[in-house]
Amino acid sequence: MNHWLTAPILIPLIGGILQAFMGYAPIALRRTLAIATTVLMLVAAIVLLVLADDGSYRLYAFGNWQPPFGIVLVLDRLAALMLVMTAVLALFCHIYAIGGTDESSRQFHGLFLFQLLGLNIAFLTGDLFNLFVAFEVLLIASYGLLMHGEGTSRTVPGLHYVVLNLAGSAVFLIAVGMIYSVTGTLNMADLAVKIPQVAEENLPLVKAGGMMLLVVFGLKAAILPLCFWLPGAYSNATAPVAALFAVMTKVGIYAIIRVFTLIFGSQAGELAGLGMDWLFPLALITLTMGVIGALGAASLRKLVAWQVIISVGTLLAAISFGTVAGTSAALFYLLNTTWVVGGLFLVADLVDGQRGSAQDKIVTAPRIANRTFLSVLFLMGAVAAVGLPPLSGFFAKLLILKSAVTESDVAWLWSVLLIGSFFTLIAYSRAGSIVFWRNVEGHIEEPQKLTPSLSVSASALISLSIVMVILAGPISRYAEDTAAQLHDTSAYTDILSKPMVGEEK
Amino acid sequence: MELAFAVVIGALTASGVYLMLRARTFPVVLGLTMLSYGVNLFLFSSGRLVTGGQPIIGSAETYSDPLPQALVLTAIVIGFAMTAFVVVLSLRSLADNDNDDHVNGRVPEQDRIPQEQEGANT
Repeated sequence: MNHWLTAPILIPLIGGILQAFMGYAPIALRRTLAIATTVLMLVAAIVLLVLADDGSYRLYAFGNWQPPFGIVLVLDRLAALMLVMTAVLALFCHIYAIGGTDESSRQFHGLFLFQLLGLNIAFLTGDLFNLFVAFEVLLIASYGLLMHGEGTSRTVPGLHYVVLNLAGSAVFLIAVGMIYSVTGTLNMADLAVKIPQVAEENLPLVKAGGMMLLVVFGLKAAILPLCFWLPGAYSNATAPVAALFAVMTKVGIYAIIRVFTLIFGSQAGELAGLGMDWLFPLALITLTMGVIGALGAASLRKLVAWQVIISVGTLLAAISFGTVAGTSAALFYLLNTTWVVGGLFLVADLVDGQRGSAQDKIVTAPRIANRTFLSVLFLMGAVAAVGLPPLSGFFAKLLILKSAVTESDVAWLWSVLLIGSFFTLIAYSRAGSIVFWRNVEGHIEEPQKLTPSLSVSASALISLSIVMVILAGPISRYAEDTAAQLHDTSAYTDILSKPMVGEEK
Repeated sequence: MELAFAVVIGALTASGVYLMLRARTFPVVLGLTMLSYGVNLFLFSSGRLVTGGQPIIGSAETYSDPLPQALVLTAIVIGFAMTAFVVVLSLRSLADNDNDDHVNGRVPEQDRIPQEQEGANT
């Protein structure tokens, strides 16, 4: 039992409840408390990362109930990595939000913290139904955040987003019911033990359940047939919300990694590698679709939203190999893409504020104020997202390319990923050169002021890709250890035999 | 009992999916509600159907699995909150799109009534 595990859940929960009651408190107080909560959460996440790096599993069993009977929180390297990634992104998005976005609603900070709460539960939980609850917590907060802001443009994409996710939740419940009806457990470690022992006649049920889980996680992650809600929803959200949502698709990817390596991984007997043969072609088609969308994007925000889909395709292609090398490459790319895409959403919003009625549309307009600063940020973000040297995206994509082993995989992955990257590069160069270089006469009335909180948070997120290059050694070492830990599922199932009571004397 | 139960779940899910594919928000909300009813019943049945059983061992001759009951309770609460939210959101969409209750916020191209004809009808 380790009580630190509850910290990333309790901190945003308490902070969020406080915010809910302080809607009418002075905004300075609300902002200070909200940022303090996010900073505390980052500290807790880093402590957990250091704890988890010794490679053992730490448990927190609610009410001291021995798993599989009670709900457990499980901390391993993957969970800690996701927590830190989310906390870093959230901190910068939050700093950006206090630059003015939070003024239009009294409950912005509360919703933001509840969103983090849901994300953290999802990363820590070791129970399939608890994962469903975590998804609902983060979704209901995200519905509120998505609708946040002025104007009516968000209503229709928001409605689509909500209805789709409710349908997704229904499918999730059906899948959970199917799996429970056969195995009699929903604890992930216990499922990993029980799935290989499933009787022959019940296999189709579990298989259907597992595939439906893949559909749900695919909907969250935005794999191709389920990705068309994303560009509309993300490009209409306010900038810090869109940037935070960069991590929302990663929750789906996290769930795919967790469930399909642990429960339906190589040890799962008849069901080993369930769905993985579907995932690889779907991932490549998603990637292609994302590139086509990016080429046709009419505004910077749409372009970045399609970049989210491109990165989902790239990630899932690497994950679908089901190898240690593939997973560790995917984890490295995951960090890079989440932070950079988040940063690009913020930069797109800053550009929007400087261009008057041209907004962030990719059209010629009068020369923008602060052109050098913003264009350098955009250039760095684009280079990191496309995967050109010297920034971290290059190393991430290199690792992914190297992780393909069999000949057909190499042929498909290399050709799709490299040609895709080339066209993404064209999309970014076109957008950048039109927005920053092709100017017409005229001037813009009252461009938005670049306050420190706006410019610092946007540039910090983008420059994390430089930090990742400097720390590439330790980060890729950690990613490799994480992947190795993930694929050694017997250690995870050992948590079932750990006694919960009387352990610490 | 199993057959009746299965037919009910199937009917609820089928009508729910059909209604969700409609173009206006009200049928979609109804469809979501029916789908969640169907799903809740399905989840309940995942602990097997038992007649006259209690979820406590020893209190009756047979016992029923308590876990799906707890799961269903959670799912009902969450589903209820989400439905309330969708209703509010559809009303907001109605207000934001000039009293148009289409899911896309506008009348689909092929259903649009030509201007003069619309004038003649009113």
